[in-house]
Amino acid sequence: MANEVQVEKMTDLMAKFIAHTAKKLPDDVIAKLQELRDKEDSPMTKVIYDTMFRNQELAVQLNRPSCQDTGVLQFWVKCGTGFPLINELEALLKESVVKATFEAPLRHNSVETFDEYNTGKNVGKGTPTVWWDIVPNSDECEIYTYMAGGGCTLPGNATVLMPGEGYEGVTKFVLDRMTTYGLNACPPLLVGVGVATSVETAALLSKKALMRPIGSHNDNEKAAKMEKLLEDGINAIGLGPQGMGGKYSVMGVNIENTARHPSAIGVAVNVGCWSHRRGHIIFDKYLNVTITSHSGVEL
Amino acid sequence: MVEIKDGKKILVTPVSKEDLADISIGDIVYLSGSLTTCRDVAHRRVVEEGRQIPVDVRDNAIFHAGPIIRPLDDDKYEMVSVGPTTSMRMEKFEYEFVKETGVRVIVGKGGMKENTERACKEFGAIHCVFPAGNAVVAATEVEEIVDAKWKDLGMPETLWNCRVKEFGPLIVSIDSSGRNYFEEKKVEYNKKKDEQVELISKQVGFIK
Repeated sequence: MANEVQVEKMTDLMAKFIAHTAKKLPDDVIAKLQELRDKEDSPMTKVIYDTMFRNQELAVQLNRPSCQDTGVLQFWVKCGTGFPLINELEALLKESVVKATFEAPLRHNSVETFDEYNTGKNVGKGTPTVWWDIVPNSDECEIYTYMAGGGCTLPGNATVLMPGEGYEGVTKFVLDRMTTYGLNACPPLLVGVGVATSVETAALLSKKALMRPIGSHNDNEKAAKMEKLLEDGINAIGLGPQGMGGKYSVMGVNIENTARHPSAIGVAVNVGCWSHRRGHIIFDKYLNVTITSHSGVEL
Repeated sequence: MVEIKDGKKILVTPVSKEDLADISIGDIVYLSGSLTTCRDVAHRRVVEEGRQIPVDVRDNAIFHAGPIIRPLDDDKYEMVSVGPTTSMRMEKFEYEFVKETGVRVIVGKGGMKENTERACKEFGAIHCVFPAGNAVVAATEVEEIVDAKWKDLGMPETLWNCRVKEFGPLIVSIDSSGRNYFEEKKVEYNKKKDEQVELISKQVGFIK
């Protein structure tokens, strides 16, 4: 396959996959929402969950984005050094967003900073966001896609705690955010927490944590315990769907971590709304595609 | 007026102050009739610039929202997708806005504060939440886009005057007695949060 043909093929596949993720939620999110819906019993929570499920059905039926805010596109790529399109990848991802924007259609959500105008194409300087992980001795390319909407981007926060504040400080930092900003970010939320050495390392991890499937756990036993404690704790606050009250607040809490400087604990929190439009797609060197996030997709 | 249909309480425009009298925070209602999208700059024009709103919203409803619209032939439009935007951005203007325009039902996302509470109580209005993220449901409850004014503001900010049918669910967040659902809830949430911080803190002493 000539290189241009391959680039065009991958651009097209990515545009179609992005458009699909605007219209249908990933399998794990649908399953979790169903579970939470069944556990709520007040008339208000029932009405809200019924509306959410009717909306997702209508979105597929009418082939429209399920939420009007289709976000800023963010990609986390784990690209093998031997993947044939590694050089073209970043440019083709941008092109695929433009294509999806007109085909889906997606809302134009890229405003150039300082010059303060909407580019009208849903891409701009540094958008879509692309985070790279280079994988040695691999010829595959794994891509997480995410539509970062305005509402669920707003609660994001990061800080550096003194070690004396400890994991108790991490707990307070995360929970404080839930009752101030979280309730307006369309609960039930998926909460991503980064625990690392500085603001940017924690912040990036808090976003990567949102790419992990719901119900997965941190490999570290204590971190996994803290995920559970935070999940139960935030649920006990009882934000319910839309922050209007209920038995549950979150779809889960995912923590990602690194080592830290002895004098600092970097901590960050990021949330995904109930309409958590995350996708995961893997390309082999022939551009054969495996989609793990959504079942029954035909691109 | 108020209509009850299949157990649903439906506000039909024009809505009077009396229609809202026995509606309380936490109630679920629906709306049929005139609903106009109205957000940041339109509020600013009415309140700060003293301009007359070119769509009559008196005894009708406004929606804090920026829709995706598809133009059809003959100056007609189709509602593709419409969802509520954060109402709090309009809080600064809402008392004056309600006073000037006589709007009865304000629909949006999340809570509002004192200015809106005061307006709802003094002039007989309510603020409701349309569950966010449900843009397709909302769009399909719009029967027709009747009129479009202040089109110079661009698609999201244009006043799109819609005829809606059983638009909802709308959850009442501020009622006409000035009670505020979110503010009352927040007291409860914060109390529970403090309890949980204490409870969890006892179990995460990993630095020894």
